[in-house]
Formats: sequence, C-alpha cells, structure tokens
Amino acid sequence: MIALLARDLRLAIRAGGGFGLGLAFFLIVVVLVPLGVGPSGATLALIAPGILWVAALLACLLSLDRIFALDHEDGSLDLLATAPIPLEGVVSVKALAHWLTTGLPLVLASPVLALLLNLPASGYGWLMLSLALGTPALSVIGTFGAALTVGLKRGGLLMSLLVLPLYVPTLIFGAEVVKRGATGQAVDSPLLLLAGITAGAAALLPFASAAALRVNLR
Amino acid sequence: MSIWKYANPVLFMRTSGRLLPLLVPVTAALMLVGLVWGFFFTPDEMRQGSTVKIIFLHVPSAMIGINAWLMMLVASLIWLIRRHHVSALAAKAAAPIGATMTLIALITGAIWGEPMWGTWWAWDPRLTSFLILFLFYLGYMALWEAIDDPDTAADLTSVLCLVGSVFAILSRYAVNFWNQGLHQGPSLTIDQKQHVADAYWYPLMISIGGFILFFVTMVLLRTRTEIRARRLKALLARERMA
Repeated sequence: MIALLARDLRLAIRAGGGFGLGLAFFLIVVVLVPLGVGPSGATLALIAPGILWVAALLACLLSLDRIFALDHEDGSLDLLATAPIPLEGVVSVKALAHWLTTGLPLVLASPVLALLLNLPASGYGWLMLSLALGTPALSVIGTFGAALTVGLKRGGLLMSLLVLPLYVPTLIFGAEVVKRGATGQAVDSPLLLLAGITAGAAALLPFASAAALRVNLR
Repeated sequence: MSIWKYANPVLFMRTSGRLLPLLVPVTAALMLVGLVWGFFFTPDEMRQGSTVKIIFLHVPSAMIGINAWLMMLVASLIWLIRRHHVSALAAKAAAPIGATMTLIALITGAIWGEPMWGTWWAWDPRLTSFLILFLFYLGYMALWEAIDDPDTAADLTSVLCLVGSVFAILSRYAVNFWNQGLHQGPSLTIDQKQHVADAYWYPLMISIGGFILFFVTMVLLRTRTEIRARRLKALLARERMA
C-alpha cells in the first residue's frame, strides 16, 4: 500500500498538471471574487469564509477524474483490482494520494488567500484547521464519485452533478467554523461535526467506492 | 407464497395489469374530490385568506417527494441483495416522479411564500434541504441515463442511492445550523389529536391519499414500460443475432 501511495504521488508530481492546477484554480477563483463583488473590505470579510470553502471545493473537484481515469486507460486499475491487497485499501490509498496532492496544498496556501479576501486575523487558524479537517472528506467523497463514473466517456460533468450534492454538509460545517472563528464565537460544535463527517466518510465510503469500481471493472 | 414471487416479471406484469384498471379510477376520483373540495368548498382562513388552499397541493407533493426517495432506497437494497430486476426498474421508474413532486412542492411553496412571507425564496433549512433533495434526484437520473449496460447502471445507481440517502439526511440536519427558519413546524404528527381545523383536515387527507395512490399508479405504469422496453431490447438483440 505504501508502494502504491509513493507511485501515485510520484505520478501526480511528475506528470504535471494535476498537482499545481488545483492550487492555481483556487487562486484564480479567490482573485475573481473581489473583481466581481467590488473591493470593499467589509463585504469581502463577510463572505470570505464561504468563498474560500467553495473555491477549495471546486479546486478539489477539478482533479477528481484523474484519480482513476489514467489507471483505467492503461489497464493498471485491473491489475490493482486483482492484487492481493483489498480494493477498499486501494481506494483509500488513492483518496489519500489525492488529498496529499490537492487538499494539503490548499490548506497550506489558504492563509495567503484569506489575506486577499480581508478575513479577520482571528479566523486564519480556524480556516486552516477546518480545511485540514474537511478536505480529506472531499477527497474520499470525490473518490466515490470518480469510482462511479470511471468507465464513462465525458464522465466529468456527470461526476460534478453526483459529487457536489454530497459535498453540501462538509461545506456548511466548514464555512460555519471559519465564520464563527473569525467573529469570535464558539466553534466546537461545527468543528466536531466536520471532523465526524470526515471520519465517517473515510471509514465507510471506501466500501461503496470499491463496490462501484468492481461493478465498473466487471 | 411470499412477496418475492412478484419479483418474477411475468407475474408482476399480470398482477399490475389487473390492478391498474382499478387503481386509475380510484386515484382520479380521490385526487379530484380532494382538490376540488379543498379549492372550492373550504372556507378562507382568517389571516391567510384563500392562499391557505395551496396546502392541498403542497403537503401531499412534499410527502411524496421525500417518500419516493425512501421507496427507491428500499428497492435499491432489494436489487443489491436479491438481484430482482423488477426492483431495480421500479427504483428507476420512481425517480422522475419523485423529482417532479419535489419540484411541485418547491414551486407551490414559493407561490404561497410570496404573499405570506413576502419572498419567493428564503434559505430556510426545510427549503434548502428540499432543493438539495431535488439535486440528488437529478444526479440519480443522470447516472441512469449515462450508462449503457442496464445491470451496471442498476448497480451503480443503487450504490449512489444508498450513499445519497445518508448525505441527504446529513444535509437536512446540517442546514439546521443557520437558524430555525421561516417554515412552520410539522402540523401533521401521529401523536396529536387535533392537527388542523376539520374543515381542512378531511379534504387534506383525501388529497394525500390521492397523491399516494397516484404515486403507486405511476410507478406501476412506468415499471411496466421499463419491463416492456427491456423485453423489446432483448427481442431486437435476438433478431440481430439470427
């Protein structure tokens, strides 16, 4: 499994595109919003938590189809499916690799972008914490969406339709944490619920993803 | 004798074919009586005026909107566990009806909300979760459309239905975080004796009964269509082979 993780990470970094693209997309969305809304600091501070979370979610979505598509094309997915490690494990590793290449850079870059959006300084820590807790759930759920649509031509658009409604609870709790943190309210209940969603998704969804993959590889 | 024998398509076609001529007139009569009574023979409410009468469309369609997904969940489970094709087709048949009912509930709610709340739409927890439910229906139907092989499609949509149910419930409680919202609490609960005034209660119950039967009738009809389409495809395939 570690070998698989290392392989996926190497592929993601060396193949280019996938790794930096999500981050660049995150930046572009965050830069576009003030251009559309206007440069007023108070307005931006008000909507910053929501914008940052929606942008992170879209950046995550952008790279989802790469999780299985390339492996499916060159046949290595069939090899992985017949490998001695269970398919659930393969799926989890894939999700982890996706998070390390898209989620983690977003977490690390988020304070800089929060600065652009005039988020109050008290919210920075909560923003990073909520993204660190929430983006793994985005990767796991996204892996499920990718597993559902792996064999399809033009599956990308369909996948967004399938995955985005599943992102709703994560988005609500994540943005809520940042909003409350930035205004100095108590954050523990949305934070715990966010962590709960991530833990639950990471524990259960690989089984659904593996089931979907098996159907698609049949 | 068990319920599983109706999973046999031949028996399902025969039984539903006998049931439908009975169901259609009863459904039509109940809906007609419930809606006509509700719209024309109930008094105006003191504060809401005649807008209260939209309840006879709004409440039943909302109930079907939610319960259609529940029925799809059960049918999907039956397909995944026991591999009965009729079950998978019934889930497929129910989705557009559920989506339409959800949309009707949203639209009638907006029409009622404009004079009463002064707004067509509010990001109220109930309204929001219904909109999300509608998106789930869209995704489910799109996945059915996208996959050519019927068994693969049935498997994948069933898995999606299972996962979607969990997330739909999560979303329902997640949106509660904002505030209690504009929408009133439930008026129809089992543990209460008097729910709404009798003048509205009877036509509402008839209307709900009509909508439930309408849902059953439509699911049976659409499942029959799906089975026939499947048979037709098999016949055409056989012809090409010969």
